[in-house]
Amino acid sequence: MITMTTDPILPDELRDNLFDPGAGAYCAFEGWVRNVNEGHAVERLEYEAYEPLAIKEGERILAEARERFKTLHAHCVHRTGLLEIGDCAVWVGVSAPHRDEAFLACRFIIDALKVRLPIWKKEHYVNGDSGWVNCGRCAAHGHSAA
Amino acid sequence: MKTITVRYFAMFREHAGVGEESLTLDVQTAADVFAATRERHRSSEPVGHCKVAINDDMADWDAPVADGDTVFLFPPVAGG
Repeated sequence: MITMTTDPILPDELRDNLFDPGAGAYCAFEGWVRNVNEGHAVERLEYEAYEPLAIKEGERILAEARERFKTLHAHCVHRTGLLEIGDCAVWVGVSAPHRDEAFLACRFIIDALKVRLPIWKKEHYVNGDSGWVNCGRCAAHGHSAA
Repeated sequence: MKTITVRYFAMFREHAGVGEESLTLDVQTAADVFAATRERHRSSEPVGHCKVAINDDMADWDAPVADGDTVFLFPPVAGG
């Protein structure tokens, strides 16, 4: 299940949804808002999503992870709106029979989310400027934000 | 000519000054829509770095567009 929300992400509560009698492992990833990107001091982030498709594509990614790594449960929550430094922007949680599948599925999901979901991030810098962030793969092609 | 509803997101929306507009375009594919609206979204990225959806389904850039379709133009994504 993937959820988009403007409310704070509370990982402990989300973790409880992944309990399963057959699960021997739980792995989670939290993406946090940090105060610097590519040398720019960042004050806050703003996430924009096209939710209908973000959810549709996100469910596809989670289904792929379940199929590929035989996980028991795989969930994701992504924030939208204005976020402050230290806020949790994205959470991915996976339960599986064994740790290898849990680690691998968690990594697969967060990597896929970052390049496939219609979500954009605008950085607001301490100096008053702002700029849309490009994904790493695209940045490698020479585009810079702002 | 086809009437296409074009939706812009993030930097494309800011460049175009609107989130959505109905345009009459001489286009066959999603890539044609991207090219025909270049002066609106002013993408600095080649089409291959961007994504497109047609009527709420992710699509390939060579997918055909029909009269009445809604085409979603997505700049390079950056979730997480």
